Order: sequence, then C-alpha cells, then structure tokens
Amino acid sequence: MSTVKPGYVRPLDLKHGRVDLSHGGGGRAMAQLVEQLFVAAFDNEWLAQRNDQAAFVPPAGRMVISTDGHVVSPLFFPGGDIGNLSVHGTINDVAMAGAQPLYLAAGFIIEEGFPLADLTRIVRSMARAANEADVPIITGDTKVVEQGKGDGIFITTTGVGIVPDGVVISGDRARAGDRILLSGTIGDHGMAIMSKRESLSFASDLVSDTAALHGLVAAMVHAVPGIHCLRDPTRGGLATTLNEIAAQSGVGMMLDEAAIPVRPQVDAACEFLGLDALYVANEGKLVAICASDDAERLLAVMRAHPLGTRAAQIGTVIDDPHHFVQMRTRFGGRRMVDWLSGDQLPRIC
Amino acid sequence: MCLAIPVRVVAKPNESTALIDLDGVQKEISLELLDGVEVGDYVILHVGYALARLDPDEAERTLALFAVAA
Amino acid sequence: MKYIDEFRNGALAKGLAHAIAYEADTARSYNFMEFCGGHTHAISRYGIADLLPANLKMIHGPGCPVCVLPIGRIDLAIRLALEHQVILCTYGDCLRIPASNGLSLLKAKARGGDVRMIYSAADALQLARAHPERDVVFFAIGFETTTPPTAVVLRDAAREGVKNFSVVCNHVLTPSAIMNILESPHVRTLGTVPIDGFVGPAHVSTVIGSRPYEFFAEEYRKPVVIAGFEPLDVMQAILMLVRQVNDGRAEVENEFTRAVTREGNLKAQALVSEVFELRRTFEWRGLGEVPYSALKIRRKFGAHDAETRFGLAYTSVADNKACECGAILRGVKEPRDCKIFGTVCTPESPVGSCMVSSEGACAAYYSYGRFRDVAVRAA
Repeated sequence: MSTVKPGYVRPLDLKHGRVDLSHGGGGRAMAQLVEQLFVAAFDNEWLAQRNDQAAFVPPAGRMVISTDGHVVSPLFFPGGDIGNLSVHGTINDVAMAGAQPLYLAAGFIIEEGFPLADLTRIVRSMARAANEADVPIITGDTKVVEQGKGDGIFITTTGVGIVPDGVVISGDRARAGDRILLSGTIGDHGMAIMSKRESLSFASDLVSDTAALHGLVAAMVHAVPGIHCLRDPTRGGLATTLNEIAAQSGVGMMLDEAAIPVRPQVDAACEFLGLDALYVANEGKLVAICASDDAERLLAVMRAHPLGTRAAQIGTVIDDPHHFVQMRTRFGGRRMVDWLSGDQLPRIC
Repeated sequence: MCLAIPVRVVAKPNESTALIDLDGVQKEISLELLDGVEVGDYVILHVGYALARLDPDEAERTLALFAVAA
Repeated sequence: MKYIDEFRNGALAKGLAHAIAYEADTARSYNFMEFCGGHTHAISRYGIADLLPANLKMIHGPGCPVCVLPIGRIDLAIRLALEHQVILCTYGDCLRIPASNGLSLLKAKARGGDVRMIYSAADALQLARAHPERDVVFFAIGFETTTPPTAVVLRDAAREGVKNFSVVCNHVLTPSAIMNILESPHVRTLGTVPIDGFVGPAHVSTVIGSRPYEFFAEEYRKPVVIAGFEPLDVMQAILMLVRQVNDGRAEVENEFTRAVTREGNLKAQALVSEVFELRRTFEWRGLGEVPYSALKIRRKFGAHDAETRFGLAYTSVADNKACECGAILRGVKEPRDCKIFGTVCTPESPVGSCMVSSEGACAAYYSYGRFRDVAVRAA
C-alpha cells in the first residue's frame, strides 16, 4: 500500500538543485519554479491570480514608466545583491521624476546550471526590498539560457508610478543661479563592488549604499514642489550625472570640492586604485537642483530623512555655452569635472 | 607615473609580508623589496610592494617648511 | 589619510602661491619641466596652474610609461593573446592603448583573447602557479618604480621553476629620457624649448635615490628638485626651483625627504641588476630610438623572457601623421597646438599616446583644463 500522499509533487531542491533548461521551457518544471520560488516569495494578490499579466486601475495623474537591466558582478556584495539592487534601481528611476512608484515587473534570464540556493537568496532579497518599499512585484517572466550564454543571472525590472499634479521635474530644467544638492556620501557602492573583485580585493567596511529613495523624494517634493531636477548618480558617478544635466539644460556648473561628502574609507580605496570618487557608482543617493530660494528648506528636509543625513549643497548652476562642469578644488585651484571616457580603470601610473 | 601611497603597517604575518592600513582599508602587501620594516612603520606602497619607508620626522619638517614659506 | 591629506592643505597652498609669486622675478620667465606623469596629473587635478604667476610655466615631460610605449610593443601583447592564446596579464593602464588594426588589449579581449587586468606583478605569477596547463605572460611596463616588482616575480619564477610564466619587458629608465630631452636640438642649441629646471619624479627617486640627477645638474647646468607626490610638494619644489634660478645655482635638491635618500633603495637596485640588463637601444613613442634607455631580461632568466620564448619579432609602427605627441612629450608643443586635439583625438578615441593615459599631457589637459581656453562667466 503506497504511503505517498495523493497529489504529491516532489518539491524543488532549493538548497542543492540547479536551474536547468526545463525551468525555462514553459512546462511543468517552469510552473513549479515560478510557484515555489517567485510566487511564494513575492506573495501578492496579482501573482496569486496566476495570469501572464497584472491588471490595476491607475490613480489620477501623469504616469511614469522606467526600466533597467541589472548585470552586476559579483552577484552578492557587501550591503546588497543583484536582487535588492534591481528593486531599488527601478524604484529610484521612477522616483526621480518626482513620482510615487506603484508597481514593479521583473524579468529573469538565468543561465543553465545556476544554483537554486543563490536564486532563492536573490528572489527573497527582492521580496524583502519590495515589501519594505511597499512597491509589489506584480508580474514577471523567466527564461533559461544554455550554459555559457549568460553571466549567471540577468534581471530586468520595470516600474510604473504617478506624478502628482503641478510637479514637473526634468533634466532640462536647471537654470543659472540654481543650487545643486547631494543627498549623501559618494562612491560607496562602486568601491564596495571593487573591493570584492578578484585581484583588487582589499579588506574594509565598505558597504553598498543601495536603497529605495522614493520616501526621501516624497518628503522633498512635498516641501518644495518646484524642484527643477532630480537624478540618481549611478553608473559613471556624480560627474556623469551632472554633465548629463548640464548638457540637457544648456548650462554650466561650478562645484565646491570641499562640500562633497566622501567616506574616509572610500577615499582611501580610491587612492589605492588611482580612481576618482566623482566617477564611482552610487545606488542610494540623489542629486537635486532647485532655485536658490528653495535650497535651505530642501536641504533641511533632506537632512531630516534617514537617507539624507549627510546631504549637502555642493555647487551652483552657472551660465556657460560650453556646458562645462567645473570644480573649485580643495586645494584652491580650478579643474573641470569632465565626462567619463569608457570605464574608469584602476591604474599604476 | 607610479601611483604610490603612504600606508601604515599594522601586522607582519611573516618577514616578507605586511598587512597595511589606510583609513580602515586593509591589504596584504609584499616586503620583498624592503628590509627592517616593523609594525607601526609607514611605507610607500606601489603595485603591491613596499618600496621605501616614510620618515615621520622628515614629514613634519617638510610640513613646517610649507608653513614657513606661507 | 595620514601623510596624504596634510600635503593637500588649501591654506598652505595659498601661502606657497604667494611666496612663489613674490620671489619670481617679474623681469624674466621661468619654465620648468615636470618629468613625472603623476606630477602632470596632480597639477591638472588640483588646478595648480591657477596658483602660479603668469611668468611661470610648467612643461609636461615624457615620464608617463604608457605615453612612451610604442604601438609595436602593444601589438606584441595583442599577438600573444590572440595568436598564442596565452593568459595575458596587464596593469589597467594598458588596456585601452590603441594599437595596429584598430585593436587594443581591451578589444582583443572582446575578440576572445584572455586578457586579464592585475594590480600587482605577484598576481600574474600566482595565475601561472594556478594554471600550469596555460602559458601566462605578464606585460610589464613602467619606470624604475615599477621595475623592482617585476624583478621579484622573475626571480621567484626561476627559483620555483614556474615554467609557464614569462614576461614581456618594457621597462624604461628616467635619466636616459631626461638626457634625451636635454640633448635635443630644441633644448640644447635652438633654445626653442627653454627649460630652466626639472621637477624630479617622486617615486622613481625612492628607488634610484637623488644621486643619478647630479649628473644633469653638473653637465647641463640645470637645477633639479625632487618633489613628493602631493600638490603641496609640487608647489614647494617649484619655489625651490625659482630660488635656484634666481641664485644662479644648478643643484639637486630633495623636497621629498620623507621618502627619498641620496642612495635610494639599494636592495631593489641590486635585484634589478641581477635580473635585467640594458638594451643597447629602445624605441620610445615620440622620441624615437634612445640608446641605453630600457631594460631586457638577462640570459640567466631567459626561460621567462616572453620575447625569446614565443619568438616575437618587433615591428615598429609609425604614429598617425597628424599626431603631435612626439613634440608634446619633448615640451616643444602644447596639446592645443595639435591639429587633431579635442576633435579627432579625444579620450574616447585617442589617436596618440598623450591622450590615452590619464596623466598624458593631452588627456590631463582635455579632462581637467580645457575650460581655460574659453572664458566662462560665473553667475
């Protein structure tokens, strides 16, 4: 007489199993993966319906949509992983329009052979991040590619949000006389990643600053609805973001090096490798540009928020037909903070 | 050329290796090119090797020179 | 950061700037060459030019090992990666240098070459130990600061019998380069490049000491002040040079006393002599063939010399005709004088070596200083 429970399906071995091609094949194996891992972790009413799409009624206002592919290596780093990074990244992109993020969609491309234990860790991290941010992942997709055709896992997240009436935040709205504000220390994420790269590894307390910024943005927009620009300085760092805005708005900028907050350990790590913190990626910081009259109030609001305690005014927008971003150095001279060319590489010279 | 930085020796696992520290960032480096390095010394680090010891007295003297000129 | 931050103090900088302006004789001009690429980088990055008087000019010299590395040498590395399928180890600085056929080491990597960036020569040897089935080649560049680490790994490889490890040696010598500049007609006879003195390299000098420069001071009557790596060091050295010129002296002075002695690091020097010997001549990008200016691996360590092991024949490749790197490296021209500067030749698409390395004169000027060419009105 069989002692097996009727309807028993052998569960996925999340501890020791590996992803194989059948998990992306659309059949029973894939359904099981989706059910046992993704739906179980993300756990919300939309996923519970088990449709290929999710329906919702958008609140009134202008809708914002943003998408981001995440290919970070290593997948797990001090302070985060590709999972929560992908959630924060897209929430932040939506928030930079001044929008309240509503929902996320997530697409996974997984390489055959990827350990299920790692996938579980990543998915649970995403779930935690989404819950903490109160922005659910309501639909998704999974594909599996042959071994050698993917770097372990790639995650694409897409987010939608709503911009309140009267809020117009865009990279082309900076004007001469505006003040440039930064929400905190730069270079934390990029150097945390570097510290884990083979052959560059050094021991430190460097931790990624990955965080969802929509709460901070909401407080800022509430206090100063007329903010001109918001952007998070991710790849290419603060320098790249400021150059982008300068070009979009047709202005120049004058920064004050002494005002830019950098953690001593980040400074030290950059010294080791000959890198410039201005070009190192951040995943939990934002740049805000506002009229000079609003700067004091905006700064106070930022500093009152846990993600903006080290906020600072770092410069001014100026007239400049060449759209240069210049900086008064701590030393007293002036230099340009130019666009980055290619990836910043560690150097010996 | 030659990006090199002054770092503090915080440990010496053996005669040819040192653990150095710069503001909390630590790395293991080679002492193959420099004799007589002790814990607490400052060395000039270049591509993973200590090239010279930094003399703290001379450093102070140099800083004082800057101040005099000013 | 101790011994770093104090040497970047803005208040002291102001004081030194005043002192330099005060002591510089307004009736004449001062032209000093900073030999070392690290100093070029510091001058640009901290905006030191803003703190110097109008009659004092800094000329950027050829002390950038990436800038003076000929295209043909990079081609050797690329061939090793693509044709010989070695694990090609290189410092980050070399990855983007444009070589022949539109390739660079980075592009060779994209084409399937196993090119790996390392932080230390020791990493390359470690890779060789870990992969005995593969050939591992270390593409070694640098002046005298970077040469001793290469000597260490070659000695260790020979001692341990790491048969699959070899080195392409591109190490070059500072005094030879300085001599080449001082001997050039522009400096010696024509006087089109007036060089009143040299800011000597910081870290090269920790290894070779201050002694080698005494020859230049005596023979060519040019003052040399060895300067530390930080911006205050550079300014103090400039002040010391101004004083020497005013006094009519031509001596070797040491500003970097906290790390440089007259003798230098004897242990490192001995190891370098054990492992390397002088090449009779070596091509420097922009300077042409310079005698006794570079090192090659001694026969004793020949088993680890990649050039003989792989039978690599060096082919010289001419620079783009419009490229003025040669003149710029010798201080004859400035980046602005080059017809393709900032247009065809940019950090994204560098044509010549001065633009490739972030401390090359052109790259430093483009990235940090080109705003000086245009008047920008601050709001």
